[in-house]
Amino acid sequence: MPADFISNLYVFVLAAFLGFELIKRVSPLLHTPLMSLTNALDAIVVVAAIIIAGRHETRVSTILGLVAIGASFSNMVGGFLITDRMLKMFKTTKAKKP
Amino acid sequence: MNPALAQQLIDFSYIAAVVGFILALKWLNSPASAMRGVVIGEIASAVAVVATLFDPQVLHHKWLIIALILGAGIGIPLGMVKMTAVPQRTALSHAFGAMSAALIGIAEYYVGTPHISKFEMAEIGLEVVIGSLTFTGSIIAAGKLQEILPQRPITYKGQNIVSLSVLAAALALIILLVFHPEYTHVFAAMVVVALIFGIMLVTPIGGADMPTVISLLNSYAGFSAALLGFVLNSKVLVVAGALDGASGFILSVIMCKAMNRSFTNVLFGAFGQVQVSAAKGAEERTVRSASAEEAAGILGAASKVIIAPGYGMAVAQAQHKVRELYDALSKRGVDVKFAIHPVAGRMPGHMNVLLAEADIPYDKLVEMDEINGEFAQTDVALIIGANDVTNPAAREDPSSPIYGMPILDVDRARTVMVIKRGMGAGFAGIENPLYYMDKTLMLFGDAKNFVGSIVRELAGSHG
Repeated sequence: MPADFISNLYVFVLAAFLGFELIKRVSPLLHTPLMSLTNALDAIVVVAAIIIAGRHETRVSTILGLVAIGASFSNMVGGFLITDRMLKMFKTTKAKKP
Repeated sequence: MNPALAQQLIDFSYIAAVVGFILALKWLNSPASAMRGVVIGEIASAVAVVATLFDPQVLHHKWLIIALILGAGIGIPLGMVKMTAVPQRTALSHAFGAMSAALIGIAEYYVGTPHISKFEMAEIGLEVVIGSLTFTGSIIAAGKLQEILPQRPITYKGQNIVSLSVLAAALALIILLVFHPEYTHVFAAMVVVALIFGIMLVTPIGGADMPTVISLLNSYAGFSAALLGFVLNSKVLVVAGALDGASGFILSVIMCKAMNRSFTNVLFGAFGQVQVSAAKGAEERTVRSASAEEAAGILGAASKVIIAPGYGMAVAQAQHKVRELYDALSKRGVDVKFAIHPVAGRMPGHMNVLLAEADIPYDKLVEMDEINGEFAQTDVALIIGANDVTNPAAREDPSSPIYGMPILDVDRARTVMVIKRGMGAGFAGIENPLYYMDKTLMLFGDAKNFVGSIVRELAGSHG
């Protein structure tokens, strides 16, 4: 088994545990923004797409990489945008009164 | 800059990005700090993207920039959709996320083949299969939510066996590739089989199960990104994917609990049988209906009202009229709260977002477990477009298909009012005994128009 795999597995297990602990604490009020925010964060795969397309190894890999850049970057931009819009809508009784 | 130093700087930027991601999720624990979480998430992602553009491996920037601009061009309209369209937008973004993870895995395979180790091949195979099935599954989910495809479950005899065979075929192809990574046509076949499985996975699932499915797809999309991190040995992807996967997984568990169902039950469509047994239980019983004027009279005289919204409110776009009702009643000194069932709507938290959009303060939106004790001291429980989540049979009738599902105890209020188009059963096709109770008043009509008439009546009698 490659050494990289083991170190990646460590990172994965720790991150998943941390994720469980963090997300358990997210108020159910915000479950929709939670989903759009994690989507936006997950769109970080765009960095892998940039490397694949940018290395320009074969025509196929470059084209696939470019499509992946478009798809994941649209998630990043759209995900943050809609999360931001949703969260701005959440106001308390006190904040609402002038 | 020398390449080694550049690589180190990029690695540090990724570590900084990971810290930002974790803080973003941490600050999402309350609405007060959530905005800060989004900002740190945006900064973290921007840092990582910009740093990657300076990676010495990246040779041609022109096309990359064009792809990024196109992506932003698609992302901005998708970020500006109406709040009622958020479930389908979310499903679509799962599809995009899973698609990019799958495409990168496919590119990695074609670049590497035939010099791919067995271990790498297994990783790539799994990653591409999960990414591909999540892609088509999410497209189907988005189609159902947008109502391009029928929301009802589409089932046929022997479906589970066929679906599982397709999944088994995909896994068998991965195993074949592990031993023969040079079989590029087998790889292509594996992708196609996975795409087909994704369609078969979601097609049988009905609209009411969408909150679970959308969470599950979220989880798959996250885990496919994490697996891609393993393939590319990229820790930032492993972390982001694990966080996203964990989030989707927790939401799926919460949704399943809120429906008293197991994952397998949702995925392998046990609701098909339910409709048959529910249909024969139906019998002629009388209901009491009331006009907007009568409803306004009772609501106006109440001191405590709890509104239970459901998907029907979203369909009728009634949330802004509901806000007017909330304002009118609050002005008279009536204590108005909203009871939010975890699976009300089509995705986790759907109702909260719609009501927040209509400017209802979030401290009035109360979760099921917290509000259920309050119904007994409530004058009126007003149900708008919700059905199964208020069905007392879930609590009392062991023969009911939804027996054991946690519900909003609206039947404990002194008066129950239900705004409903007609006497049709809910999505699960289950009869709701709530409608035949003596203290229940049925308000027949379109939710938006009916709430509007109640508001007018309240205004008229006030002035």
